Amino acid sequence: MHPSCQLCHEQPATVHLTNILDGGEKRERHLCDACAEKEGVLPKPVNVMAQLSAFVETSKGSAQQVAGLTCPQCKLSFVEFRNKGVLGCPGDYDAFAKALVPLIERAHQGASHHVGKTPRRLGVARSTDGDLIRLRRELTRAVDDERFEDAAQLRDTIRSLETT
Amino acid sequence: MNVNDIMSKPGCWLGEAGPLSDIVISSRIRLARNVAGYPFLSRATHSQRNDLAKFLRERLEGSRFQSGFTYLDVDELDELSCQVLVERHLVSRQLVEAKGARGVSVSDAQNTVVMVNEEDHLRMHVVGPGMQLDELWTVVNELDDSIESEVDYAFHPRYGYLTACPTNVGSGIRVSVMLHLPALKLTGEIERVLRAAKDMNLAVRGLFGEGTEATGDFFQVSNQVTLGRAEKEIVSEFRSTIVPRIVEYERMARQALLDEKSRALDDRIFRSYGTLRHARTISSEETLLHLSHLRLGVHIGRIKDVPVTVLNELFLETQPAHLQKMHGGGKLTGEQRSAARADLTRQKLGNA
Ligand SMILES: [Zn+2]
Ligand SMILES: [Zn+2]
Repeated sequence: MHPSCQLCHEQPATVHLTNILDGGEKRERHLCDACAEKEGVLPKPVNVMAQLSAFVETSKGSAQQVAGLTCPQCKLSFVEFRNKGVLGCPGDYDAFAKALVPLIERAHQGASHHVGKTPRRLGVARSTDGDLIRLRRELTRAVDDERFEDAAQLRDTIRSLETT
Repeated sequence: MNVNDIMSKPGCWLGEAGPLSDIVISSRIRLARNVAGYPFLSRATHSQRNDLAKFLRERLEGSRFQSGFTYLDVDELDELSCQVLVERHLVSRQLVEAKGARGVSVSDAQNTVVMVNEEDHLRMHVVGPGMQLDELWTVVNELDDSIESEVDYAFHPRYGYLTACPTNVGSGIRVSVMLHLPALKLTGEIERVLRAAKDMNLAVRGLFGEGTEATGDFFQVSNQVTLGRAEKEIVSEFRSTIVPRIVEYERMARQALLDEKSRALDDRIFRSYGTLRHARTISSEETLLHLSHLRLGVHIGRIKDVPVTVLNELFLETQPAHLQKMHGGGKLTGEQRSAARADLTRQKLGNA
């Protein structure tokens, strides 16, 4: 049985503080999360995500499919990448895309598209790339702000651009 | 400028005080970039590696942004000089331990660094005392622009800046702050901070970053997610949420110790002061512990006659390679180093 919070006497105590008094005597405080936060003794996590498993780790199912992948440019095999944890050349991101995307998403809280700075000279390469990057940025913002209708619309626009 | 010149200056991140510097020792932002058309370093041939180093060195030295920079060819530096650069946090252990053509461009103020041929072709970072991530982002962003005007980066419309390790892909950014959290450590509350950091996908490391355990009172907190989040978003989360919360928590722990355990706290601080002023031989680990207590004593106003700059100098100069360099660069045994370290701390604190 958990002791209840010393302040509200209602919620179970989840925050345990030990203050050491003069002479080495310990004073313990037991608070619930809500009271601890009100007392200002708790740094509140911004978004609680499940702890990531180690980055280079066997992902189930696709193992056989990806075992044969080799980069045509640098000749690195996906298996070698798995063992070393570093890629051989920029081309690997496309060569290993299928196998790499789940790993990338796991390492980056589910994200698989870049948001943020782009090289200035890239703008000329493909005109829709810049739009996509901007739209994805807006999408991130919409989700953060919990504007889900906007987010859904943005997602549709992004999909239509991606397929062109 | 050579390594001796670098050593003769205090170094930026331990120099003067910055915002929140009672708790935030330094801020740092690093960007990882690779050159298009070349393999990453693990697959680069000897000559590709040489070409990259030569090409990047020329671009860096020719760039307007880099006036007042010195390029050091790490392959030609002796081991002790390399160690000094690592102890000053100018280069990573990985750069020093790598083989083949590689180098580092260091600004005169030692606050801007570009490593060539580390894990990625380019790793640039800027560092400053205290909490000043917004300012650093502006500087590193401009530095990146100026290099980009000379170099084609490997960039992918979907994945962003391509890096040798996919954990850095996207923006290639690592935002980090070095925090001094002695009161959270003393009260045991640090565990809570570490858990919260983990939940927020932050990495917490020790004084020397990657691969070092957070054991002492100094903690380096940095982002791990580099894809799907804009650089400014990460910077702003550090500025508005992560750092203020940890700082506030440490301040409260300091206040709690002052309110409820002031004699025990003073005992710790003044014993550390006494040890550093009177020891005849001391290890670097013990020195770091006492310097931490002394720093706490200075910032809570218990010790008034020691300037923080002296503590910062001691942090730097009591490290093994620095001690050895100061003693003419000859090999010192562990015993000799401990004696030299104690002499140095006595002298610096005696004069303080
Ligand atoms: Zn309560
Ligand atoms: Zn490849």
